[in-house]
Amino acid sequence: MNTKSLTGLIIAGVLITASHAALASGDVAAVNNQQYSDECGSCHFAYQPGLLPERSWKKIMSSLDDHFGENAELPAADQQMLSDYLAKNAGDHSNYKRSVKLMRSIRNSETPLRISKIPYFVKEHREVANKIKGSTKVKSISNCEACHQKAVDGSYAEREINIPGIGRWED
Amino acid sequence: MKLNLGKLTAAALFMALSTQVHAGAVDTLQQEYLSAGAGPFSAAKGEQMWTEKHFDAESGKDRTCQTCHTADLTKSGKHAKTGKVIDPLAPSANNERLTDIKFINKWFKRNCKWVLGRECTNQEKGDYLEYLRGL
Repeated sequence: MNTKSLTGLIIAGVLITASHAALASGDVAAVNNQQYSDECGSCHFAYQPGLLPERSWKKIMSSLDDHFGENAELPAADQQMLSDYLAKNAGDHSNYKRSVKLMRSIRNSETPLRISKIPYFVKEHREVANKIKGSTKVKSISNCEACHQKAVDGSYAEREINIPGIGRWED
Repeated sequence: MKLNLGKLTAAALFMALSTQVHAGAVDTLQQEYLSAGAGPFSAAKGEQMWTEKHFDAESGKDRTCQTCHTADLTKSGKHAKTGKVIDPLAPSANNERLTDIKFINKWFKRNCKWVLGRECTNQEKGDYLEYLRGL
């Protein structure tokens, strides 16, 4: 092998590695913080940080005394630790597929507090939203894992959807 | 039958230790409330407050501790809004309950505010704990 083709191979290798790094596999990065899973997951699905931009998490974490109508106050040190985790791993710092799509659909002037109000989320759930209204099993559109069987792993693929009382879902 | 003293002592010691772990967090907290001027604590009072209804103007509904924890504390409860399962609160059904001071404080703060619309007093917290520890 001559030097030219070797250089070509190396460049190709670097490019492949780089593109892999740019396109993370999976939909959103899975939660990798046990305290976050424990604290937030004791009341609701522990939403992946990559589902909201940093500015949204900051707003949510600074008003835990009225957390969507519930009191979710934490000791200051825990609140700070979880805020840092959320900010660092927020959707606007992620290159995971769904994080990118969610973030792109949000206007810069807006700070959504509910993932279910993000335009991309609304679009993806447009058809199903009415069908699950009143369902005691799904309970609400914010209950990810009721239908997305691998939601806890950050995976929201269509083939993994199984809606209680409705079944598999295909667009 | 020959009594195995060694085994018996070990069993007694184990029981003493495990109750101590249980009683530890509650005793420490109640001691704290006593030092701050509250007490004595009553399980009957705790039970009565546990079932007391408090009207929430915003939702237009009554709230009690039972709204989420249900009437039978040896069974699992359910978060009123999200439906997430809440493990049984009775220590007899769930030996992790009432063992962690930080955890107890966190939930007293949140749940007193949710049910009563304010933080609980030391007297109330002592009474609640006195009731719950006997379940």
